[in-house]
Amino acid sequence: MDISSVLGLFNYWIVIVLMMTGFYIVIARGNLIKTVIGLNIFQISVFLLYITMGRMEAGTAPIIQKTAEVDQAYSNPLPSVLILTAIVVGVATTALALALIVRIREDYGSIEEDDILALDRES
Amino acid sequence: MIEQHLPVLVVIVPLIAAPLCVFLFNRTLVYLFALATCWATFGLSLFLLAKVLQTGPISYELGNWPAPYGIEYVADYLSTFVMSFVTGIAAVVLTYAPRSLNEEVDPSRHYLVHPMYLLCLSGLLGICITGDLFNVFVFLEISSLSSYALISLGRSRRAPLAAFQYLVMGTIGATFLLIGIGLLYQLTGTLNMADMATQLGDDHGSRTMLVAFAFMTVGLCIKMAVFPLHTWLPNAYTYAPSIVTAFIAATATKVSVYAFIRIVYSIFTPQFAFDVHGLDVFLTAFALIGIFVASTAAIYQVNLKRLLAYSSIAQVGYMLLGISMNNQDGLTSGIVHMFNHAVIKGGLFLVVGCFALRLSSVRLEDLRGASRTMPWTSFAWVLGGLGLIGVPLTAGFVSKWLLLTAALDNASYLVAGLMLLSSLLAVVYVWRVVEILYFSEPSEAVKSSREAPWSMLVPTYLLIIGILVFGVWTSYSVGIASQAAQALLGGSP
Repeated sequence: MDISSVLGLFNYWIVIVLMMTGFYIVIARGNLIKTVIGLNIFQISVFLLYITMGRMEAGTAPIIQKTAEVDQAYSNPLPSVLILTAIVVGVATTALALALIVRIREDYGSIEEDDILALDRES
Repeated sequence: MIEQHLPVLVVIVPLIAAPLCVFLFNRTLVYLFALATCWATFGLSLFLLAKVLQTGPISYELGNWPAPYGIEYVADYLSTFVMSFVTGIAAVVLTYAPRSLNEEVDPSRHYLVHPMYLLCLSGLLGICITGDLFNVFVFLEISSLSSYALISLGRSRRAPLAAFQYLVMGTIGATFLLIGIGLLYQLTGTLNMADMATQLGDDHGSRTMLVAFAFMTVGLCIKMAVFPLHTWLPNAYTYAPSIVTAFIAATATKVSVYAFIRIVYSIFTPQFAFDVHGLDVFLTAFALIGIFVASTAAIYQVNLKRLLAYSSIAQVGYMLLGISMNNQDGLTSGIVHMFNHAVIKGGLFLVVGCFALRLSSVRLEDLRGASRTMPWTSFAWVLGGLGLIGVPLTAGFVSKWLLLTAALDNASYLVAGLMLLSSLLAVVYVWRVVEILYFSEPSEAVKSSREAPWSMLVPTYLLIIGILVFGVWTSYSVGIASQAAQALLGGSP
């Protein structure tokens, strides 16, 4: 694999780094807000994966114009559209997660998972 | 006219009814509206099932866009079968709901329960009927998000935490599924399941395909609560309001199993999953370990809901065993067990709801001697427990018998032996509760309690008697399931 193909896959490297970062935060952090942030980073890496696959070099928006050249390349708009749906789902998930955290904090007075579990063990 | 649009109506009716519920401020009105919607959806899906049995699979093009480009809904044997029992249980559980909700959910939040319930139902039905892979993800998230919200409505302060933990696990699972779908789209350029299957064809070597399959399998295993990815389930089932537990336990994991069957059998083909990559060995191993670990854990529980939750994890193992056998009988038994377990677990959780209403507790020590004051509820537990163990003449026996004969046909004697052994564990945890109900001195709470109201006992017995009926009359469950299995296996080369 030469340097240009490594650089050519730049987006995919970013996807992998973000995905692992997000996933690690979800697993390793006990703070509930940080868990949600990790979850968001994890989801966003997937959004990037989709958007990257729809894009091609020298591709334009898929609108045929009268003056267009015959061999004009077009980018695939579908992945972006799919990801628009996934973003909405992601926002809804985050909103629900934050609402749950508010209720957890009202009940326990903490958003650290260790503290909450300790409180539960006492009761 | 209506008949032609049946496949989409089943999903659309609860989906549209859900936001309308929020606008009806009167609590009784909201309940009646939601109840009517549930029973209407049940009727529609039975109608659809009858039509499919008569004429064969129906394909419906949303907005008249032709199939590989537009979204296609496919009503075949398997999807309509799953939809019919999901809607049936949703309707019965909601009929049972009002008394239980009054007791277990804050009155100011009642108007939120019904829309969420309908949204969850609509999401589950959408997963079943859609023929478009991205649609599966969207419907999965619709049903999951509403079920997180439903679980968080429990009175205990642990309910929001349990919902949060489920949300984190569930979102990871759904995102894994999304990654898999993306990679498959990259490979084939289509999202339509049938089209995707033809495009993938016999090409079993591609690394991308393997990675996509791995992500989707793990993602769905989280949703199915396969051991060791089951950690979200016990808390979620324990702290949710009883009717939510009954509904989700009976339907949500089954629909995830359905999605898994679709992906393995209709898209990737069993040759790819089982013969080339040996997934059946892993699935069988995890299923068996899960059955033993979860059943053993169930024996030691002191909370009745948590006991049933662990038993649910074990029961998913039996479904996976059937699916991973990769033959007609095995697959049939897996599908039948989805149905039987939905009826049994739904019924048992409704019994638990009756205890929770009268005793305000589901801890075993508070249930001591409950058969004296609540004979009908206690007897329902006995019948449901027999079904869970798989005693002859109950529904549980039918699916376990099929699974056993399939295992013996496959010459996997070890699996068959371990399966029988694991049923003994079920005997232990069911009997433990029966002993407490019937052969202990009544506790103070029990002495002063009464039998559960008829409005709750009748729906409970509807499901409990269903266990007995489907243990004897198998032409509905086994008949359709074997047709579905045949279609799934015949469709793949």
